[in-house]
Amino acid sequence: MTPRLILVIAGLTLREVARRRILWVLLVLSVASVLLVGWGVERLVTIAREQRVDEVQIRIGVSQVLIMIAFQFSFVLAMSAAFLAAPAIASDVETGTVLAMLARPMRRADLVVGRWLGLSVVVAGYAAVSGLLAIGAVGAISGHVPPSPLVAVAFLAFQSIAVLTLALAFGSRLPGIAAGAITVVLFGLSWFAGVLGNIALAFGAAPLEGLGNIVRVLLPTDGIWRGVIYGLEPPMVLLAAVGRGGTVMEANPFFASAPPPLPFVIWSVIWVALVLGIAVRLFSRREL
Amino acid sequence: MTRFCRTSDNACMPNLAIETHGLRKVYKSTVALDALDLEVREGEVFGFLGPNGAGKTTSVKLLLGLTRPTAGAGSVLGKPLGDRDARARIGYLPELFRYQAWLSAREVLALHAALAGLPSARRHAEIDRVLEAVGLTGRDSERTGGFSKGMQQRLGLGAALLGDPSLVILDEPTSALDPVGRDDVRGIIREAQARGSTVLLNSHLLGEVERLCDRVAIVFKGRVVAAGSMTELLGQPSVRLQVSELPADRSTLAAFGPLADEDGWLVIRPLDPARIPDVVAAVVALGGRVHAVDPGRRSLEDLFLTLARGQDAVLDEVAA
Repeated sequence: MTPRLILVIAGLTLREVARRRILWVLLVLSVASVLLVGWGVERLVTIAREQRVDEVQIRIGVSQVLIMIAFQFSFVLAMSAAFLAAPAIASDVETGTVLAMLARPMRRADLVVGRWLGLSVVVAGYAAVSGLLAIGAVGAISGHVPPSPLVAVAFLAFQSIAVLTLALAFGSRLPGIAAGAITVVLFGLSWFAGVLGNIALAFGAAPLEGLGNIVRVLLPTDGIWRGVIYGLEPPMVLLAAVGRGGTVMEANPFFASAPPPLPFVIWSVIWVALVLGIAVRLFSRREL
Repeated sequence: MTRFCRTSDNACMPNLAIETHGLRKVYKSTVALDALDLEVREGEVFGFLGPNGAGKTTSVKLLLGLTRPTAGAGSVLGKPLGDRDARARIGYLPELFRYQAWLSAREVLALHAALAGLPSARRHAEIDRVLEAVGLTGRDSERTGGFSKGMQQRLGLGAALLGDPSLVILDEPTSALDPVGRDDVRGIIREAQARGSTVLLNSHLLGEVERLCDRVAIVFKGRVVAAGSMTELLGQPSVRLQVSELPADRSTLAAFGPLADEDGWLVIRPLDPARIPDVVAAVVALGGRVHAVDPGRRSLEDLFLTLARGQDAVLDEVAA
């Protein structure tokens, strides 16, 4: 691979996202969703305070609302990543743009990795800006600041990078729409398998728990999502959960008593690298 | 696949820009290219002709390493097919393409200059040069999404000419152009040749090829069925006469060259055009009445159509 060419393609991708107004649409959506979240939380807190609800309870309530918002946002982010990355290579092939570019002294790997890098910057940037704005807005209105907002945002960004890598790999061989649809379905299935696995853990149903773990290894997005929750979960909720028996609480898909284990995080990084490698290999073997 | 020529191999013939032997490409059950044997010499404008589906575009893709051969071998600029060093010295205009619609013409050229590894100090002047060459000066800041097909083709031609490549491969460069545009492209190709480029012109516009090319190859069903210079392919100049009342004894006319009757025309081929008045005088001296005289030689179109209709006799003639 040639770093110079990878940067040329990554720069081209960033320019494409800006020129095709995708970046601006994402930014407008972010601001709009932050305003809506702010308005909702402000109403919640104001009404609760009017009814003299205990401040600790208000903060716990707000923390759970924030986790729900993060969950909705992670889905939107995954969809955006999938539908940005899936056609990134597929449409270049369909329009013939790729022929003139690959006739230049570049490897196909340069194109795939350059595309990946450019899209990762866009998606991770979108996750960081929107995530931090939402957390900041909620903090300013309610006084609730999650324990590790940066950890939560980092996991959110990493989850979207994992999704875009998968979409890019499918898109290096399949038409863009098919690649996007498959990625979104797999992302949803992996989340569902994670929920089932956790319910199994709570009820001691070993075979189902094993299934959840296998899916988490094959597609680690749900495991990464647990990192987002952990970063947002206030310590008092964790303490309360321990008091009530933490394992049962694990059945709740919006609760995480511990961050994803380090080996899992390392595996997730390796998984992204492996899938990117598969994308390069699939595209290198493709007849143009 | 056996490589015909390795990077370190000095045995490659230095005067050939392109050389292929039995290059074959099969997509599942479709034979896109049967066995391509091609030689393109450095510095020439080479016409690559054939009907739609003959394998021209597949051949070009194989030469550029965009697809891999099922069998056979070849070299481009002395390097194996698809070699990156060779590709740094090749300019390519694809047949069906669209540039990034959200980039301006200048930005497309800047992208290609960067991908081609052109030194950044040279890029600006080089982009200005090709913009002028293809007639897009003044339109360079417009987005290519608003370009007509003809302007896209001009831009593609400009991208192919960036950096004075050793080899320029043009796949149907004038298919979307009007007659003025075609004439411009002929000038651009001659200019590229004058600047030292070898040009492979893939086209089915026969008149254009006949006017531009030093040598041509005609490909049918994935095989070269005829190749050579125009004189080799089209034969010597000739004359066709429409004559009546000519006596049976034509021995004085046979002295000018071989005689033939073709569709009611008396044909002498080959014949030096300077001797046409002498032929007419000889016919009149024999008592014949001349209704029409048509000097010329077989056009590329005639040869192409004859080949397309599978006339083996012509194939033999060309081979001879």
